[in-house]
Amino acid sequence: MKLIFEKSQPGRRGGELPRYDVPLAKVPAELQRQVPPRLPELAEPEIVRHFTELSTRNFGIDTGFYPLGSCTMKYNPRVNERLAMLPGFRDLHPCQDEDAIQGALELMWRLQEELIEVSGLDACSLQPAAGSQGELTGLMLMRAYFADRGEADQRDTIITADTAHGTNPASVTMAGYKLAKVETDARGNVDVANLRELVNERTAGLMLTNPSTLGLFDEHIEEIAQIFHEVGALLYYDGANLNAVCGISRPGDMGFDIVHINLHKTFSQPHGGGGPGGGPIVVRDNLEPFLPVPAVVKDGERFRLDHDRPKSIGKVRGFTGPFGVFVRSYAYMRSYGPRLREMSETAVLNANYLLALLREAYDLPYDRLAMHEFVLSARSLKREHGISALDVAKRLMDYGFHPPTIYFPLVVPEALMIEPTETEAKETLDEFADAMLAIAREAKENPEVLRDAPHGRPVRRLDEVLAAKRAIVKYGFEEHPDLGNEPATPRQLEAQKGA
Amino acid sequence: MAASETYPDDLKYHKEHDWARIEGDEAVLGITWFAQDALGELVHYEPPNEGDTIAKDSAYGEVESVKAVSDVIAPLSGEVLEVNAKVVEEPETVNDDPYGEGWLIRIRLSEPSETDSLLDVDAYKQVVAES
Amino acid sequence: MLAAIGVSSVEELFRDIPAGVRFGRELDLEPPLSEQELTRHLGELAARNVDTSKELSFLGAGIYDHYVPAVVDTVLQRGELLTAYTPYQPEMSQGVLQAIFEYQTVICELTGMDVSNASGYDGTTVAADACYMAKHATGRTKVVVTEATSPQVRQVVKTYAPGFGLEIVEVPHRGGITDPDELRRAATDAACVIFQQPNFFGCLEPAPDLAAAANDAEAIAIAHVDPISLGVLEAPGAYGCGLAIGEGQSAGNYQSFAGPHYGFLAARSEFIRRMPGRIVGETLDAAGERGYVLTLQTREQHIRREKATSNITTNQTLLALAGLVHLSWLGPQGLRELGETCMSLAEYAKSGLMAAGLELVFPERATFKEFAVHTGRSARDATRAARERGVHPGYALGRDYEGLDDALLVAVTERRTPADIDRLVAALAS
Repeated sequence: MKLIFEKSQPGRRGGELPRYDVPLAKVPAELQRQVPPRLPELAEPEIVRHFTELSTRNFGIDTGFYPLGSCTMKYNPRVNERLAMLPGFRDLHPCQDEDAIQGALELMWRLQEELIEVSGLDACSLQPAAGSQGELTGLMLMRAYFADRGEADQRDTIITADTAHGTNPASVTMAGYKLAKVETDARGNVDVANLRELVNERTAGLMLTNPSTLGLFDEHIEEIAQIFHEVGALLYYDGANLNAVCGISRPGDMGFDIVHINLHKTFSQPHGGGGPGGGPIVVRDNLEPFLPVPAVVKDGERFRLDHDRPKSIGKVRGFTGPFGVFVRSYAYMRSYGPRLREMSETAVLNANYLLALLREAYDLPYDRLAMHEFVLSARSLKREHGISALDVAKRLMDYGFHPPTIYFPLVVPEALMIEPTETEAKETLDEFADAMLAIAREAKENPEVLRDAPHGRPVRRLDEVLAAKRAIVKYGFEEHPDLGNEPATPRQLEAQKGA
Repeated sequence: MAASETYPDDLKYHKEHDWARIEGDEAVLGITWFAQDALGELVHYEPPNEGDTIAKDSAYGEVESVKAVSDVIAPLSGEVLEVNAKVVEEPETVNDDPYGEGWLIRIRLSEPSETDSLLDVDAYKQVVAES
Repeated sequence: MLAAIGVSSVEELFRDIPAGVRFGRELDLEPPLSEQELTRHLGELAARNVDTSKELSFLGAGIYDHYVPAVVDTVLQRGELLTAYTPYQPEMSQGVLQAIFEYQTVICELTGMDVSNASGYDGTTVAADACYMAKHATGRTKVVVTEATSPQVRQVVKTYAPGFGLEIVEVPHRGGITDPDELRRAATDAACVIFQQPNFFGCLEPAPDLAAAANDAEAIAIAHVDPISLGVLEAPGAYGCGLAIGEGQSAGNYQSFAGPHYGFLAARSEFIRRMPGRIVGETLDAAGERGYVLTLQTREQHIRREKATSNITTNQTLLALAGLVHLSWLGPQGLRELGETCMSLAEYAKSGLMAAGLELVFPERATFKEFAVHTGRSARDATRAARERGVHPGYALGRDYEGLDDALLVAVTERRTPADIDRLVAALAS
């Protein structure tokens, strides 16, 4: 398929701008643009066709089953799109006077209250733009909390699990903390003995998700919380897996002091090919003074923005956060009410059903009831037939499914992390299981078809080594290299066979 | 094509999967077959500058594949005399010939007695077996 | 299904959860709303907001009321794009990957840079990202930022600074712009210098001189720019900047009470391995056909973990895609006209206000689509009076800058007609 630039015709444009009868202002000569940017030049019908064609080469939840573990790819109700586009939300400027934004502030306040109830904590900020940013904000809160108590120099380490998502250690570094890792035991719980060796008065806190990325609820969570609170440290909850436990177990009750919630996971903000998301944080009372500014508060019957927060860490993002995301998530939560519990129950039911169908054909590293997701391993397939988790993933595409998460968590070799979510019907789960079982058979009987997969997508398996070596990250116009006509090296041909 | 698994016995080794060829008061350094195999095809080499001082057991550069970035650990201390430009241009040279054309840097040793602490080929093969 | 699992009830699925952390009651939330009831409830909340269809708005200060062409909505409603995940499985995601590649190209074209990422959260956080890059590229920990850069950008950078181990130094504005010599002196031993063009006051900075001042101090020059100004204003890459960042909202996004939008970040090629966020690269598939993949992923959190260039995972892809569609619809000619139109309308507003006896705060300065005006009374009173006439006249500068309690920052986009501007003048002059 051509790039949009390759479809340009000089002089074409999508539409006209209004012309006004006012004198033309000119930029001072020394600041003027010399060479125009080479933006696409297409008429509107061609623009629409181009992006429509692009969309047909893509797969979304609207297309089919998307069982990415820890991503919670549930259906995005379409009414939420309509609501976010109401002019009273869509065309609202953030610097409007407070009397003119009461509806927006009330929506935000109500969303905060919903998240407070679900987390079992006390105060909420909607400002962080994504889960990672929520994590970083949470760590900044910890830093401010300890500085306020005169313990800033004493507390320099954050403990994460060895099953943690990569954002956890990355956030720790960005927050200026040192990192320690605790191991996972044979039952998939945090190894409490190992944890006791690591925790001391230099510990600022723990970052943990529960259920873990293995899809397992930590049976020792109460003891873990006690270990940290005993030394005056804090617990941070990575909300990526909240879909398993809404209304069933609350992070605040588990002992966590700071929680981030992924609005684009649990609360259905569409992923948009990579974003936007929302990563609001909810905290215990003792951390409330440090929350980002401004806070959205209720004052009698009115709502306002409180900028007078002397202990606040500051701002992590412009204005009050991604409001359009709040509209969608708020509407989603209001459509469930207290039945959010049933949402989680169904998610866990679907996951365990799928696990029951697949556990014989694949390796199961931890033999326990799953929560909303589970991890299988293709280790035996690798050993016996030379088929990797990657090959399984690519072959699933031919069966019409998006693959699950692969090679994560790192503690499981050839990992396949599967999260069906609650919005999938039993028939879909059965079809997916049939495909996975068929692939396990193909591994034995016809492994070549797996190694060359996918066969039915717009492209065959792509050469990531070539991409990294050449680093062609934009269209070069007349100087754009033609990879297709450069002779492939023997190594490239070898790699394309699907290393 | 990537080389087959070998560990030349005329080299000295470090447990972080680096080798050293001692030549008088200079040494040539690189990474072993095990290291290049674990990383996969290299796509990038970030070398030190000529004239830099490097210290034993510290990182002096980075090698990168599509799935990992790895610090290259110095088995010996010294001053960088030469960087292998071929590997900078074609990092996959390390996969093809990790001990020959795939050498990374040449240094003048600042502490020649450090060579005593390096592993011989049998001791290093033991490290590989346990990895 | 329960039989297949081997349990007798849904409740049994949760038996691993210790009793002490089981939630023992129903969630205290109002009963579920049907789609129709939801529409009524949220419609009622929306109706209580005074949006730009109800009140003539000259508010800017970082978020602008530009016209979003209908094709943007069309593309964003395609379910295959809207409901897709991050394109980690490239064979399932060629649509998103190619679109991001095109977006990266457009950002590089606008800014005159060699590499762009797939977006950051917004125009404030990309400034923090840029500081982090500069620190690691130079080994220095001092960051210089102009006072004429957006207060929110500065505040976010200061919030990130302690964790990054950075010292932030501000250079005051002199009559609405920055003095290059003052900047040069402040930039000694700095990792980078951040300036905004046009700046927060809407004034045109002597950007090439500011970049030169940074380069003289061996600090990386970072320009925070307005994407829709880059059809008429010179690209940062053409006058010595190492990085170009900004808020993308003006290209393709509704105001939406400030989000979601997208931040853009572009750099010279030497910084490619320090870039935070996703980058899409071109490659071939097993049949020799061109395709696109996420590349240089070893920088990112899921591989590099604690040594990653950033923790960013979810970004703002869909909003960046909206920017690509808008800029494609405009084309180079349209972008230039858009810049000229905004600038000319702003000049018309300045003339009208001066003719009505009001004073500009920085009358000597060339401006783009915004400017600061003295109202002759408190900004609050001026705003209240104007709003009684159905006009919001602009952003009160006094909350961010000393001595400007009577001043308003007036933004004029292509959505404001000369008649609208005449109403603004009447509203402020009364």
